[in-house]
Amino acid sequence: MSQTKAKGSGVPLAERQADFAAAILDAGAPIPKGLVGPDGAPDARRFAVYRNNVVAGLSESMKITFPAVARIVGEEFFQAMARAYVVADPPRSPMLLEYGSGFPDFIERFPPAATLPYLADVARIENAWKEAFHAPEAAPLPPAALAAIAQDQVAALRLRLHPSVRLVTSRYPALTIWRMNVDGGVPGPVDLKAGGEDALVVRPAANVEVRFVPPGGAAFVRRLGEGAALGEAANAGLAASEAFDLSASLAGLISAGVFSGYELGPEQAA
Amino acid sequence: MAETPIPPNVPSRAGVGLKPQHYRDILEGKPDVGFFEVHAENYMGAGGPPHRYLTAIRERYPLSLHGVGLSIGADRPLDREHLLRLKALNERYEPGLFSEHLAWSTHDTTYLNDLLPVPYTEETLARVADHIDEVQETVGRQMLLENPSTYLAFAESTYPEIDFIAEVRKRTGCGLLFDVNNVHVASTNQEWDPVAYVDAYPLEHVREIHLGGHAPETDEAGRPLLIDTHDREVADIVWGLFEHTIGKTGPLPTLIEWDADVPDWPTLKAEAERAEAVLVANESEGKRRAAG
Repeated sequence: MSQTKAKGSGVPLAERQADFAAAILDAGAPIPKGLVGPDGAPDARRFAVYRNNVVAGLSESMKITFPAVARIVGEEFFQAMARAYVVADPPRSPMLLEYGSGFPDFIERFPPAATLPYLADVARIENAWKEAFHAPEAAPLPPAALAAIAQDQVAALRLRLHPSVRLVTSRYPALTIWRMNVDGGVPGPVDLKAGGEDALVVRPAANVEVRFVPPGGAAFVRRLGEGAALGEAANAGLAASEAFDLSASLAGLISAGVFSGYELGPEQAA
Repeated sequence: MAETPIPPNVPSRAGVGLKPQHYRDILEGKPDVGFFEVHAENYMGAGGPPHRYLTAIRERYPLSLHGVGLSIGADRPLDREHLLRLKALNERYEPGLFSEHLAWSTHDTTYLNDLLPVPYTEETLARVADHIDEVQETVGRQMLLENPSTYLAFAESTYPEIDFIAEVRKRTGCGLLFDVNNVHVASTNQEWDPVAYVDAYPLEHVREIHLGGHAPETDEAGRPLLIDTHDREVADIVWGLFEHTIGKTGPLPTLIEWDADVPDWPTLKAEAERAEAVLVANESEGKRRAAG
């Protein structure tokens, strides 16, 4: 067996890996010296396997996280956009479950996608879906839990959001478009001037659910998430939309499993 | 939930790499499979369906935990947070086997999502051995080191691959995960003799076997260049090398890896049955070795 040429050229490991890593992400960079085939000669296609594994592998993982974006723009456009993103914002950790959170902002600034102004918000819904999928477990607050709270204490109630809750606010009908482009969805005409949509993503138990939020609801949930008392959050909802309906919103959010607990005071937490 | 807890020990049977596509087939069909193996990084989220399913499957089957992102071959220090996540998964799921790769994937703050090769030098050997020591001390158990599939060689290498791996094992006391497909892929790409590779390998320290599919390509010079894709059946030539290996070692836990273009459950199960048949055919050999 002739496994090695047995003559060390003394390249320090740090330098070797720095050059190797740089050449992986820059397709135009020269291949580092001393990476050879069995005849001891350099071979570009051999190094290209690593380049391709990294960039294509990450692009493929983006397609798994952003299937609706991929369906909207088509395979070729998506691959080109995902590859550009991977090179511009490569993973910073082996926790690939967290990778891709910068993709929506990247899409917003990606000139070839400028003709699809809603695309970044569809990506935000998909990123929120992924985050909710992996979020910590927590039992949702049962609908009856708030029944015993005295009327004069309700305004001071502080509701705790379930750890999986995410909100996406869009100036476009992004949620309608997302639904048309996920499994089982049928793409159809959408009036982009029909107004914006707010989406709420939550995983109260095993399944991720994505819901429309009625007017003012997003501002309301956001303030609750910041720790505001119910009364104050309701004011934020009303400020966002005159149509905001506190009791309908609250009932809908509770039945959706959006809360995992509440506090009235230091000794009355649940 | 199982009546009695399934012990962590992974038997010398065929197992299958667990894929989300098959969670329901497994939990509803209760197939007779020796064990399942998962990529640790896919179960590092805080909660959600992956943990729910893995918990249910672990209640019914032994488990092997296979890390793909620790970057043991990196010049830089190990990512402590990542190592602690591996430790937590070991504690949570009590896998019977725990393995990682002779490869690197992290440089500075960038994670390159592949198993990149290392030069076989004194410097790399010392670094890899230090890192494996740290893994085994932190996680509190033996780690199995997997031999790589490689597409190129480093001019600065001074060790044959087998000698390098044997020396790492000796210095660290780690066990070995022997990927037979990687032996075939690397041997083709580096123009080694794969049977001689198996024969020279420190097989007495192998605790697990991997089998997967590869794709044929060619390099600049038109020589065969095999890619370790895990996207198809195990090649016949790899089955032959597996039989040769098991003929020498006796039965060992043997995993079918199929990570891309994942087939339906029956197709995957059939691959596992083919591996199991080889293990069963060599049972007497295993008993003889154990007795001797």
